[in-house]
Amino acid sequence: MAAGLFKSEVKNPVLRWVDTRLPLITMMQKEYGSFPTPRNFNYFWNFGALATVTLMIMIMTGVFLAMNYTPNANMAFSSVQHIMRDVNYGWLIRYVHMNGASMFFIVVYIHIFRGLYYGSYKFPRELLWMLGVVILLLMMATAFMGYVLPWGQMSFWGATVITNLFSAIPVVGQSIVQWLWGGFSVGNPTLNRFFSLHYLLPFLIVGVVFLHVVALHITGSNNPLGIDVKGPQDTLPFHPYYTVKDSVGLCVFLLIWAAFVFFMPNLLGDTINSIPANPLQTPADVVPEWYFLPFYAILRSVPNKVLGVALMFASIGVLFVLPWLDTSPVRSCRFRPIYRILVPLLVVDLFALGYVGAHHPQGFVVLLGRVATAWYFLHFLVFTPLVGWFETPLPLPESIAKPIVRKPHSGGGPIPGGAVAKPMENA
Amino acid sequence: MADTLATAGHAGSGHGPADKSKRDFLVMLPLAGAVVGAGAIAWPLIDSMNPSSDVLALASTEVDLTPISEGSGITVMWRGKPIFVRYRTAKEIKEAEDVKLSELIEPQADSARVKPGHAQWIVLIGICTHLGCIPLGNKPTDPRGEWGGWFCPCHGSQYDTSGRVRHGPAPLNLYLPPYAFLNDKRIKIG
Ligand code: HEM
Ligand code: FES
Repeated sequence: MAAGLFKSEVKNPVLRWVDTRLPLITMMQKEYGSFPTPRNFNYFWNFGALATVTLMIMIMTGVFLAMNYTPNANMAFSSVQHIMRDVNYGWLIRYVHMNGASMFFIVVYIHIFRGLYYGSYKFPRELLWMLGVVILLLMMATAFMGYVLPWGQMSFWGATVITNLFSAIPVVGQSIVQWLWGGFSVGNPTLNRFFSLHYLLPFLIVGVVFLHVVALHITGSNNPLGIDVKGPQDTLPFHPYYTVKDSVGLCVFLLIWAAFVFFMPNLLGDTINSIPANPLQTPADVVPEWYFLPFYAILRSVPNKVLGVALMFASIGVLFVLPWLDTSPVRSCRFRPIYRILVPLLVVDLFALGYVGAHHPQGFVVLLGRVATAWYFLHFLVFTPLVGWFETPLPLPESIAKPIVRKPHSGGGPIPGGAVAKPMENA
Repeated sequence: MADTLATAGHAGSGHGPADKSKRDFLVMLPLAGAVVGAGAIAWPLIDSMNPSSDVLALASTEVDLTPISEGSGITVMWRGKPIFVRYRTAKEIKEAEDVKLSELIEPQADSARVKPGHAQWIVLIGICTHLGCIPLGNKPTDPRGEWGGWFCPCHGSQYDTSGRVRHGPAPLNLYLPPYAFLNDKRIKIG
């Protein structure tokens, strides 16, 4: 073996020649072939892979859409009509991209729920979780700017309302908004820069997803029991076990996506966006896409501009600090009798907020919005730290391979540290 | 280099503390230079996103008031923004003038929002001070809210007949554009 060459185990001489100089094959084999993965994953563990595939499909369809799209305030709307009517398969590419944004958010929201329920954000995966929140923020920015591009009524007024959020910043707010617009209102300069950024951000997402996965491969995956892997008896090689499990989920997911594309392509969209942008007339209801509704509801439920905007940003901010808000040492909700009720309640709360965001703010809707907003923050800032203190977790299993629970020595508390268990799993 | 840095300043190594601070200075100086350089490169990029000269070029608009009937208003464009010009009824003027300033979210007298002798004309930038929607209320058939001025459909802000905010979430009164009366029936905005 010559000095300076990687010691490759690849047999094929050509591949070996490459691998000794650039060990990509060895790396893929290590990270995605033999990679030891907990043997007890359920289908919630499909969603990271689904998100990765969705991201790739979005980038591909987006690049081809851009070949026929014109980012000019006078031509954008008709160039989208041109894609829909004249470009070969333009309708298909656009509908895949359009519904793909919704699919992306469904997948990532379920992915986040998985993390919340099974405690994947806790030690040692805090940074992995925070990178996930960064991805979520980048996704939101990308989806928002993408929605502006067809330059319909909702594109225009959505852009107006969201960019104006920054006018809530004291003193410099108005200058920041004009800087974002490149003018005194949303207009052609705004459309141009949004197109540029909508093209750029997905590639930043690819970069952060890469870091997210690198961090995952340092700590290893969590699992439905939330206890650490103790040895080889607890794991399976990623390939073929989880490549196959992920493929099953992927087939179902792509079928659902296709069903939207071919049978109800406009179900998730707003019909008002098929009216060209009119800067002189605000539509009767300015409503964002469904995946932003809960956040929009939080914004609207406070009758004070600065506070409403601050709360909306804080609703994502609390996710960043969640690893330090949760005081319970037990990861999986399976062993947390109280928190396992609170997490699904949070989902109900988010649906309630979604309902509020989609309806006119009057009467009952206003009240529901305030209660649901309060619950959202109470969940993270009060219930999560408190429940961790007083909740008695169920006894944890000894290991993933032996999910049999030893009789607790006394009382109903968690089992004390055994010979194999590390403190983390049973404190 | 790392070794030298680690030992610098130790009494036995032969380098005094003065030597260490000299090294620190040598590191800080190019660092500061790099920060200034990065800023100098970043600023043209950032500033390129601000409104460009053609957008800034101040256009003015003249508006003929004759077609506006009492009790209704029109919307004209100025600098890409909608401007409301409304012909107020005597009742509306009285309501706007009589309200106690302490009741207002942003206290301002009606007289400060119209031109002397032209109290029947209110000219406003028609952009909700909450998040920038265009409030309804120019047509008498539009929803005008509880105070008879304008109602914003986006998040329910309400303005009175002087364009002052009376119900949140909007924090401020509708802005006034610069304008002047050319004669009784003609104004120039800008
Ligand atoms: C574009 C969006 C995203 C992609 C492509 C992505 C990709 C992945 C992949 C491939 C995995 C490993 C497979 C799995 O465990 O399901 C993973 C794990 C993980 N992701 Fe994401 N992710 C995304 C967004 C997020 C977001 C928004 C969060 C949280 C706010 C998040 C939190 C996590 C955590 C905590 C893990 C480790 C979970 C565990 O092993 O239990 N991810 N991600
Ligand atoms: S933009 Fe008018 S109330 Fe929000």
